[in-house]
Amino acid sequence: MKEPPRWLDEDAGPIVRPYALIRGRTRTSGEVFDLIASVTVVGDPAPHDLEPEQQLILRAARNPISVADVAVELDLPVGVVRVLLGDLRDHGLISVTSPSETGPRPNERILKEVINGLRAL
Amino acid sequence: MDSVLSEDPVALKILIAGGFGVGKTTLVGSISEIRPLRTEEVLSDRGVGVDDLDGVETKTTTTVAMDFGRITIREGLVVYLFGTPGQERFWFMWDELSYGALGAVVIADTRRLTDCFPSVDYFEQRGTPFVVAVNCFDGADRHSVDDVRIALDLDEDVPVLLCDVRRRTSAKEVMVTLVEHSLRTLTSAN
Repeated sequence: MKEPPRWLDEDAGPIVRPYALIRGRTRTSGEVFDLIASVTVVGDPAPHDLEPEQQLILRAARNPISVADVAVELDLPVGVVRVLLGDLRDHGLISVTSPSETGPRPNERILKEVINGLRAL
Repeated sequence: MDSVLSEDPVALKILIAGGFGVGKTTLVGSISEIRPLRTEEVLSDRGVGVDDLDGVETKTTTTVAMDFGRITIREGLVVYLFGTPGQERFWFMWDELSYGALGAVVIADTRRLTDCFPSVDYFEQRGTPFVVAVNCFDGADRHSVDDVRIALDLDEDVPVLLCDVRRRTSAKEVMVTLVEHSLRTLTSAN
């Protein structure tokens, strides 16, 4: 006799193991993205053969977003997100800017601004 | 036109370290919107080739949840907080976490002061500016900051302060003390 389909909520765990999404890879093709590197969509989006997770990343990164925030938004481990980001970057769909690459290094003015900002919280 | 030119966004990273159950999660939650960040790490030699599946069955993955908080100072200036995993087998994650970090808060519990030795050693060796925040738990003996400084054999310039990480004002004071310390370190290096 055929079993009726069982619906499982997310407590049952992911139906697709995270690393299956990235075909077992654990490293990106390039450098490892910093957790606070900034991810931004570049160029015209939407090749139609993207994985759902990659589409979610493109949606999340319309405005710059950190690598760690992407992982939280997608509820995926950082290692998996890095590989997905590496693929998107290799396809020219996003840019990933590490905090040390551009922008001012933390200087006196910025740190004073942080101190005042923390006090005002 | 706005007189202030648009600047590149600045992202800063602060680490929250200390032994298990010392209040890292509470501190991050007191001062920022806290969210769990999952890192599923492969415990094996690093730097193996991409798509190298040889021996995959012998590798161990482990899921580590880190506390992750974000404080937006203003548009384009964000401070990220990361609670470091306490166990020593995750040291390799610390290297990545501490790279480029503005500084670190080491939370200490005077009932288990030895728990924070590894964190103190680590940041001393890496030259990462840090402060020691002594979390005053209910019922814990109050020790003076000088006692803690001596017990931890800290350099004179390392700030030590008492705190209650559950209180936002106290958590703020800890963070401000750290950034002021980082600022002093920065300006004295120049």
